[in-house]
Amino acid sequence: MGRIVLEKVTKSFGDVEVIPPLDLTIEDGEFAVFVGPSGCGKSTLLRLIAGLEDVTSGEIDIDGQDATEVPPAKRGLAMVFQSYALYPHMSVRKNIAFPLRMAKLDQAEQNRRVEQAAAVLNLTDYLDRRPGQLSGGQRQRVAIGRAIVREPAAFLFDEPLSNLDAALRVGMRLEISELHERLKTTMIYVTHDQVEAMTMADKIVVLRAGNIEQVGSPLELYRSPRNLFVAGFIGSPKMNFIEGGEAGTHGAHAIGVRPEHIAVSESDGPWSGVVGVSEHLGSDTFFHVHETGLAETITVRADGEVGFRHGDRIHMTPRADAIHKFDADGLRIA
Amino acid sequence: MATQHSRSAARMMMAPAVILLLGWMLVPLTMTLYFSFKKYLPLRGDSLAGGLDWVGFDNYTRFVTSSSFWPSVQATLIIVGGVLVVTVVLGVLLAILLDQPMWGQGVVRILVIAPFFVMPTVSGLVWKNMFMDPVNGLFAHLWKFFGAAPLEWLSQASMQSIILIVSWQWLPFATLILLTAIQSLDSEQLEAAEMDGAPPLARFGFIILPHLSRAITIVILIQTIFLLSIFAEIFVTTAGAFGTKTLTYLIFQRVLESQNVGLGSAGGVYAIILANIVAIFLMRIVGKNLDA
Repeated sequence: MGRIVLEKVTKSFGDVEVIPPLDLTIEDGEFAVFVGPSGCGKSTLLRLIAGLEDVTSGEIDIDGQDATEVPPAKRGLAMVFQSYALYPHMSVRKNIAFPLRMAKLDQAEQNRRVEQAAAVLNLTDYLDRRPGQLSGGQRQRVAIGRAIVREPAAFLFDEPLSNLDAALRVGMRLEISELHERLKTTMIYVTHDQVEAMTMADKIVVLRAGNIEQVGSPLELYRSPRNLFVAGFIGSPKMNFIEGGEAGTHGAHAIGVRPEHIAVSESDGPWSGVVGVSEHLGSDTFFHVHETGLAETITVRADGEVGFRHGDRIHMTPRADAIHKFDADGLRIA
Repeated sequence: MATQHSRSAARMMMAPAVILLLGWMLVPLTMTLYFSFKKYLPLRGDSLAGGLDWVGFDNYTRFVTSSSFWPSVQATLIIVGGVLVVTVVLGVLLAILLDQPMWGQGVVRILVIAPFFVMPTVSGLVWKNMFMDPVNGLFAHLWKFFGAAPLEWLSQASMQSIILIVSWQWLPFATLILLTAIQSLDSEQLEAAEMDGAPPLARFGFIILPHLSRAITIVILIQTIFLLSIFAEIFVTTAGAFGTKTLTYLIFQRVLESQNVGLGSAGGVYAIILANIVAIFLMRIVGKNLDA
């Protein structure tokens, strides 16, 4: 079905190498998420797989076939774009039917598949409207509809939720995950939002400057980040990094502790500092602690009911088994 | 600031421009209407000072019943239609071509606009003498090079020649407007269509052309307005001979060559009516593209 293998793939624009040699395997039926800061090459990588950009060297295999030179339409992949890229002058029905029409399916089959996709995506009432008359979430669903009618080997999503508001984004996230459960088709999803990556992925690929920093399941990346970059990128709020003497006592150049792995108390604990801003989320409270002598700020997650105020001096205890150690090159020390 | 005061101040400020423009339009229109009901032959001694005879609708009847009237309407419509077809079709193709990334894009784009800056009289003369001259023209040499007898463009293919000259002048306008429209097309739409399996021709037909429909409408509307009144190109090439006498040219002949101001004015009123009929048809056909 949809096993995608990249072998020594590189991409240069002129003299600028955007993707240095890169190997990656995405198994059939897997939900893979490419995540990284903007400009890290994740969208370029997706476009290489889609065939919208040509690789400079290397090979892309889809289903065991060399697809490096195959034009995008023949790769059997469907893509959902950030801007949705709906055809504004066509009705929703015609938008969804467009790939089928291009494949010259007969009219009855086209209608059947469009109706089916519309039913799956709750679009049945909107089939005769134009994209301009739909809300952001509905347009997103039309774009997905246009992708699923083709019954592709794999879906490619290019930051599909970044134009939606926060509430809708959570909803669409669930819908896409649901869709993946139902279709069991390979999906590759590009995002800069680590929350989307953590919640949706079977496999996360963390990218920086075209390099793969780490590949693994969300929990693997959370539990044992391979280096400082991954450690800082995965998890919210960010992991606290401490260098210098305190790190030395753990036999490392730098140590990292996640905010949720630090306990706070009024009197006990090896670390202490003064509470700056506290963010109350109801269920949790995040304290930004200053003047610790360890790092500029240490972020701590506490229960929502903990009532320290701005200016209070507090004590903190890191959980011993949750301290991540890194060497001078930023690599994890096992 | 939208108080009573500022609003009346705004009206005061705009009044001179509005009055000037209104006068600019109304005075000639009224004079044309006035003359069209009068017998006014300056060479036969008629003059405004001596008073003109009222002839009712005589001028109107004479203008329409003249044997050159319907052929001139036909010539006008053929030239306008021909130029529109040529400029829109070639304009779309050229716009797509110029949208491709290439070396020297800026220079090429400026060169493409160049014909638009050439005055109609000049371009008419250049085409007539440099290209279409049956003895020394470039086309004549080309024909001879292939062993064919040179074509006498302006007499044997007079309509086509005029359409060619005028199209050459208006092609840059169409190309420019269509090029900006093509540049505003979201490239993700084309990529999506590519992923959906649409070959280049289908991408053109289903994505690019619908996207251009509004720009094409604008090109057609604006060009029609100007093309209905083309004159210089005909004046310097065929001078209205060989079936190229348009309505505008006929009016010119009535007023200046036959010195019949009344008859010409009646023709002018017909030209206004024709322009409005064409405008209504155009609005009906293509105007709906401007909505939504």
